[in-house]
Amino acid sequence: MIISGLFKFSCLYKKVNFVLFFVVDQLRSVSVDLNNDSSLLIDIPDALCERDKVKFTVHTKTTLNSFQKPDFSVSRQHEDFIWLHDTLVETEEYAGLIIPPAPPKPDFESPREKMHKLGEGEATMTKEEYTKMKQELEAEYLAVFKKTVQVHEIFLQRLSSHPNLSKDRNFQIFLEYDQDLSVRRKNAKEMFGGFFKNMVKSADEVLISGIKDVDEFFEQEKTFLLDYFSKIKDSTAKAEKMTRSHKNVADDYIHISATLNSIAADDNTALKQHLEKFAELLEKLRKVEGRVASDQELKLTELLRYYMRDIQAAKDLLYRRARALADYENSNKALDKARLKSKDVAQAEENQKQCLLKFDKLSESGKKELTSFKGRRVVAFRKNLIEMAELEIKHAKQCVILHSTCIDLMDSSFIFAVVQVRGRR
Amino acid sequence: MAASSERSPPPFPESEEQELEHDLEEDEEDSEEGADIFTGGTLSDSAMDPPLPVSSSEPPKDIFSEPPADTFKDPLNKTSAEKAASGGLSKAQAAVPVKVAADEELDDLFSDSLGESGAAPVTDAKIAPLLDLGEEPQKSDVIKKGAGKDDASTEVLSAPQNDVIKKDIFEEPPKGAAKDLPTDIKDGNAAGKKPASTDLFGDDDDEDLFKEPLGAMTKKPQGSLFTEAKSEAKAARPEQSNSAAADLFTEEAFTVTPVVAAAKSSVNTSSKTNGLHSDEEDLFAEATVELSLDSPHNDRRKREAAKPSAPAPSLSASASTSKPQPKTLEELEEEEKEDTFDLNISVTNPEKVGDGMNAYMAYKVSTQTSLSMFRSKQFTVRRRFSDFLGLYEKLSEKHAQNGYIVPPPPEKSILGMTKVKVGKEDPSSAEFVERRRAALERYLHRVVSHPSLLQDPDVREFLEKEELPRAVSTQALSGAGFLKMINKATDAVSKMTIKMNESDVWFEEKLQEVESEDQQLRKLHAMVESLVNHRKELSVNTAMFAKSVAMLGSSEDNTALSRALSQLAEVEDRIEQLHQDQASNDFFIFAELLADYIRLLGAVRACFDQRMKAWQRWQDAQNMLQKKRETEAKLLWANKPDKLQQAKDEIVEWEAKVSQYEREFERVSATVRKEVIRFEKEKSRDFKKQIIRYLESLLQSQQQLIKYWEAFLPEAKAIA
Repeated sequence: MIISGLFKFSCLYKKVNFVLFFVVDQLRSVSVDLNNDSSLLIDIPDALCERDKVKFTVHTKTTLNSFQKPDFSVSRQHEDFIWLHDTLVETEEYAGLIIPPAPPKPDFESPREKMHKLGEGEATMTKEEYTKMKQELEAEYLAVFKKTVQVHEIFLQRLSSHPNLSKDRNFQIFLEYDQDLSVRRKNAKEMFGGFFKNMVKSADEVLISGIKDVDEFFEQEKTFLLDYFSKIKDSTAKAEKMTRSHKNVADDYIHISATLNSIAADDNTALKQHLEKFAELLEKLRKVEGRVASDQELKLTELLRYYMRDIQAAKDLLYRRARALADYENSNKALDKARLKSKDVAQAEENQKQCLLKFDKLSESGKKELTSFKGRRVVAFRKNLIEMAELEIKHAKQCVILHSTCIDLMDSSFIFAVVQVRGRR
Repeated sequence: MAASSERSPPPFPESEEQELEHDLEEDEEDSEEGADIFTGGTLSDSAMDPPLPVSSSEPPKDIFSEPPADTFKDPLNKTSAEKAASGGLSKAQAAVPVKVAADEELDDLFSDSLGESGAAPVTDAKIAPLLDLGEEPQKSDVIKKGAGKDDASTEVLSAPQNDVIKKDIFEEPPKGAAKDLPTDIKDGNAAGKKPASTDLFGDDDDEDLFKEPLGAMTKKPQGSLFTEAKSEAKAARPEQSNSAAADLFTEEAFTVTPVVAAAKSSVNTSSKTNGLHSDEEDLFAEATVELSLDSPHNDRRKREAAKPSAPAPSLSASASTSKPQPKTLEELEEEEKEDTFDLNISVTNPEKVGDGMNAYMAYKVSTQTSLSMFRSKQFTVRRRFSDFLGLYEKLSEKHAQNGYIVPPPPEKSILGMTKVKVGKEDPSSAEFVERRRAALERYLHRVVSHPSLLQDPDVREFLEKEELPRAVSTQALSGAGFLKMINKATDAVSKMTIKMNESDVWFEEKLQEVESEDQQLRKLHAMVESLVNHRKELSVNTAMFAKSVAMLGSSEDNTALSRALSQLAEVEDRIEQLHQDQASNDFFIFAELLADYIRLLGAVRACFDQRMKAWQRWQDAQNMLQKKRETEAKLLWANKPDKLQQAKDEIVEWEAKVSQYEREFERVSATVRKEVIRFEKEKSRDFKKQIIRYLESLLQSQQQLIKYWEAFLPEAKAIA
């Protein structure tokens, strides 16, 4: 079963590639508002899926002369994106910036699981039902794929639209180098190291969170972001659940419609046409409901998810600043101690100066970044909420039309049948 | 008459005449001469058909004075009708100043009344007094005999007491007619007064009758029921009826086939004139069609039919003279009745009675009706669930074996009920109670919409009677329940062993259809259940999301966005409610419909099984007969004359049995066929209705959705 499931799945992949071109175009950057600087335009026009690996074609159009050519494309994997993100985070220079969150790993787990289930349930379903379920699954797979491409694209676009980050050497290499970047996958030790680092970081965060901030703005910002992060995380999870159950409802319509059809096939009374119409309607409805679910997913869940990660990035910025502050305070203490002992005073002074400088720089750019982040968030929320409301209205209206035409049809056909019967009598 | 007016709400003036005519009709049934006379008398020149030769040439006066008296005297004397007669008549004496002490006097009375009423049409002035005279005895008879009868004379026919009455009636022709009479009248009153009997009893006279515009009014849907009920009782009849009556009936039985056509045509004409007949009539029409297939059941019915049809002519005559206006009124009423089916039952107010494990839910069953078979127009009783089950038990005991589809009640749910008993205010138990309440209501609707079941005294008792004896055998864990289980098991085994070589393709196909439909419906039901669950899940998740968004909004520092988010939370909250409502609509409109029909299909299969059983009985009897014949042959060969006679007797006996079982089988087959057709019609209608209702509910929720989002849109746009 597993083997056949996998086989089908890879078939699915191929199919997806066909569709991708126009699909990606259609759904350009929904979650973020980017300033339209035409000096560096990046998009991902194509992506190729091989097993778990997704190869993105990154296309760049630029007027900057730091690039050798004005127009070029390279092929990049998800790991390359992660590498880029990590290097940016590790660059000291950018400590005062909100580094755009790294795109999440392509997750085809849910459609795959469903595919598996479908393969198991094949025997209990009619052929028609099976085909429809498969279509539905393909659509879902496609949606996941689209989303994956989209988030990767957004990541690059945000980098390119940032005045500082767009000039990063690594970023430019990422865009331009036409060979495989051959980024090493993290080995186990590094993975563990990363994990350990995270632990230290969060422990550190707790430790330095006790330090009272001198700057009101950052103090506020910190409490806000912490609060907001937990809320938006919760909302994201809930929204995800909601859309998933919406999809289930849509899937149920498929089964009901198929069963109704088979009942109608056996029936030969006046009921037949009603059942057929009803089935037909449900079939249409499930498409609409499916759209509703996926639109919600795209406009709402994705928005929330993206900003959850973005806020995480902003929190990281705050952490870095707090860390710098702590360093500065430590250096102050060290200076005091040095002065007391009259030993290495110059070095300590230098150190303290450095720390202060760093902290001030961080504070300054952090303030700017956070303010712009706030504006960006509001604009993105506005855009998405409006779009979602409009789509919801559109779908609901479509449903209303479907329903009322179906009811009309049934009523009229009933009257017609009655007339027929009367006439016969 | 007094009694009848009590029972039937609007005392229609015509009823008197009808009764009168029914009086007359008795005569016809009883003796051919009588019939001739009366028809001749009343419709002086109308052409009479063969079975009832026209004797218009004779002077009416003579006829009335002599022959009826004779005929009545004979049957009365011959049959031991005294008990019935004396009972009924003694009552009658109270109202009518006639002393009845002996048979002769009885006869006198009858002959008098009959004679006079017979003359009535001729002289209008006489009618009223005569009516009283003629009717009262008969009416009181009925009251006397069937204790419960005056409550529901029609239904009583199937009750055990009834049989007694029936027998009496048959023993004593006048009385039989008298008995028919009140029922007819009552029905007539109820349904806007259409003497039901007439159309079923389509006979040559009928045709004549119907040709007259007034005759049209003698149409009544209940008629069919009535005949069916009667036909049951009828089985005993031939033996008991006196020679004259027997002759008559046999004759009629032979003439059935030609009559069929006539009956049919009469139905047609009448329906044209009235133009208000719906399903019941269709049924009837079908029945008549089957008649020509010479099912014994219908033949019998036909014979029966001959009876009431006789009065029709006189009825029409008198009615025409008396009032044309009331009739239009009646017609209207009838129309109403047939369109809306004037019996509105609702099950409401579930209430927990008692405590702990002995607690039970009592439901208020309110009925609103204008059917005159009920004592009042509106009444309410309290019933518990087991009462509903008890009703089903009673009905299925009585009707299932005849091939009727007895609607099954909702299932017992020990788990659900225990929850209700133990749980306090739990939404799931509230849902359970509501679900059961709705199911019970639908169950009752199905029962009363079945024309035969509606007539059952138990149904009426269930709806009307204050206190109902506790239904005992319905408990799942009782001894009776255990017995039932064993019975079911043996039934299942015997069903498997019976190999019926189906002679009728229709039944074979239908059974297959029913079986596959059952499977499909079960599948669909499972799907819809999962839809309900998923929608509930969706609603729960939406609620959680709404809460979460509200929290997010509260911590958002941009005022406009915060506002928009809390608006979004509100919208999601409403949508949650919408999903929840839709889930319950999914359930109550769609899933419950399917569940009902899955149960009903079980009942349909059961009625196919009944047919198979009837067939099996017939086959067994045939085998037995075969064996007996063989023994006879052996005996003949062995030359044992002493045992030969016995063997011959046995053969005769078994031949009778074979033909009886065959008739029974054919009757059951006919009923099953009719029932299945009826079921399909009903199903079609039900499904269509429910689907549209369901779509409307979906439509409504989508419209709400539009409203909510449209209200939200400006809020989203207001984010700056």
